[in-house]
Amino acid sequence: MTAPAKALAEKLPESRGGINWFKYASPQTFYPLAGKLIPLFGWPALALALVGLYLSFFVAPTDATQGESYRIIFIHVPAAWMSMIIYLAMAFWCAVGLIFNTRLSFMMSQALAPTGAMWTFIALWTGALWGKPTWGAWWVWDARLTSELILLFLYLGYMALVAAIDDPRRADRAGAVVALVGAINVPIIYFSVKWWNTLHQGASVSVTSAPKMASIMLAGMLVMALAAWAYSVAVVLVRVRALMLERERNTDWVAQLVESSR
Amino acid sequence: MLRILFAVVRRDLLLAWRRRADVFTTLAFFVIVASLFPLGVGPEANLLRTMAPGVLWVSALLATLLSVTRLFAADYADGTLEQMLLSTEPLTLIVLGKVMAYWLVTGLPLVVLAPLLGVQFDLPQGAIGVLSLSLALGTPALSLLGGIGAALTLGLRGGGVLLALLILPLYVPVLIFGAGAVGADAAGLGAGAHLLLLGACFLSALAVSPLATAAALRIAME
Amino acid sequence: MNWASAGEFWAMGGKGLYVWGSFAVTLACVLAEIALVRGRFAGVRKRLARMRVAADRGANDET
Repeated sequence: MTAPAKALAEKLPESRGGINWFKYASPQTFYPLAGKLIPLFGWPALALALVGLYLSFFVAPTDATQGESYRIIFIHVPAAWMSMIIYLAMAFWCAVGLIFNTRLSFMMSQALAPTGAMWTFIALWTGALWGKPTWGAWWVWDARLTSELILLFLYLGYMALVAAIDDPRRADRAGAVVALVGAINVPIIYFSVKWWNTLHQGASVSVTSAPKMASIMLAGMLVMALAAWAYSVAVVLVRVRALMLERERNTDWVAQLVESSR
Repeated sequence: MLRILFAVVRRDLLLAWRRRADVFTTLAFFVIVASLFPLGVGPEANLLRTMAPGVLWVSALLATLLSVTRLFAADYADGTLEQMLLSTEPLTLIVLGKVMAYWLVTGLPLVVLAPLLGVQFDLPQGAIGVLSLSLALGTPALSLLGGIGAALTLGLRGGGVLLALLILPLYVPVLIFGAGAVGADAAGLGAGAHLLLLGACFLSALAVSPLATAAALRIAME
Repeated sequence: MNWASAGEFWAMGGKGLYVWGSFAVTLACVLAEIALVRGRFAGVRKRLARMRVAADRGANDET
């Protein structure tokens, strides 16, 4: 699997159409780049969050049917989106790592997992707080809620497995297998739970039939989602930098880095 | 190709036969868990009848989970696994053989015993048939998926709990369709669609998990 | 502007507990994550610098 990857990597500098992406596949070159990118994502995240909060509390009008409690949507939906996007990104980096044998890819997915788990937790928490005034129950076994809960388990399983293996090489790869198998399973789980839910009509509450959303609400949600995205990128980059230093502490580039920062 | 598959199955069955007690443990666990539920929720027949599919399925799932840690453990401990990885035969086939033998030893007895427990829960006759059928289709899928987890957690401390955390989410669709089939039949809706979807789960597990298990074994033994 | 007074804003039409419960927990999670991740990064840097100093001292002792 790695032989074609190597051939590709060797060929790439010649066949350049702009940036050589493989250059940044090594921690040594990615470390300073990540350092420069962090403020570029962190500060816009803060600004976007402030704009988003302003939109969601002062511009968006009160909902006719749900009253004020619908304002939870402005974090609930972005959190749910982030939880899924981050899982996909994690699986993507795991696949890249297995195919091209780049250790940075695995570090990326390990840096993504805690943030993804956090968004999943927030999505569940805000979902419960939204459900109580809206449906009268903290929790319903709706397809989306249940899938989200299982997604949290998938995150926890991945993190637990990676943490349990001492050999980093084995931890990377074993984690990657779990993440990829989980990624295949997520849609299957979603549809099976959906089907199961429609068969048990008793407890079903329709979340899908939301009334058409006013464009200002949509705008608020999108701004908040962008803020969440930029925040996640910044935090993940800080974490991946820490991971790089931990993992590569015996290499020359880390030694030079420590030397130059004294 | 088939020769090596059967050779692995025969070897594992022989090994299991020499340690019959292990097989019995899994089966006893299944029966005990299923029998604890009525003690917990009370002897009301109607309630038990509605709960039975879920209880029996969850018990089967836990029994699989408990025993699947042993799938590669013995071969790992005595170095046979290393020889298997070095052999020129395809590892996926060896893995498939091992999972098949494992299912014959732990899954099949559950399928055979389940009707008895179904009677204990006062399931109607038709539903008992569907229960056996759904377990016959579903437990192989559980064994196959469990193999991935067993290979990933090979030789790790706290492997059992970790294994549960890793593969229980993957068991969700199998549980839903398996228990759903029995429930649907008991409710008079017909179990056909559930059983077909359960079959689809089994076939996709059959396609993916030997590959994933083989990959996980190579990673673990590197 | 939706709110006539600050009190009305915090009450959120009687749903204040739910709305502020959501936003506060999210904020707490985000702040905690930032603190943890920065602490981890700073900790690694500090540990590496200390290891470096220790290595230098070891080298000096030998000579």
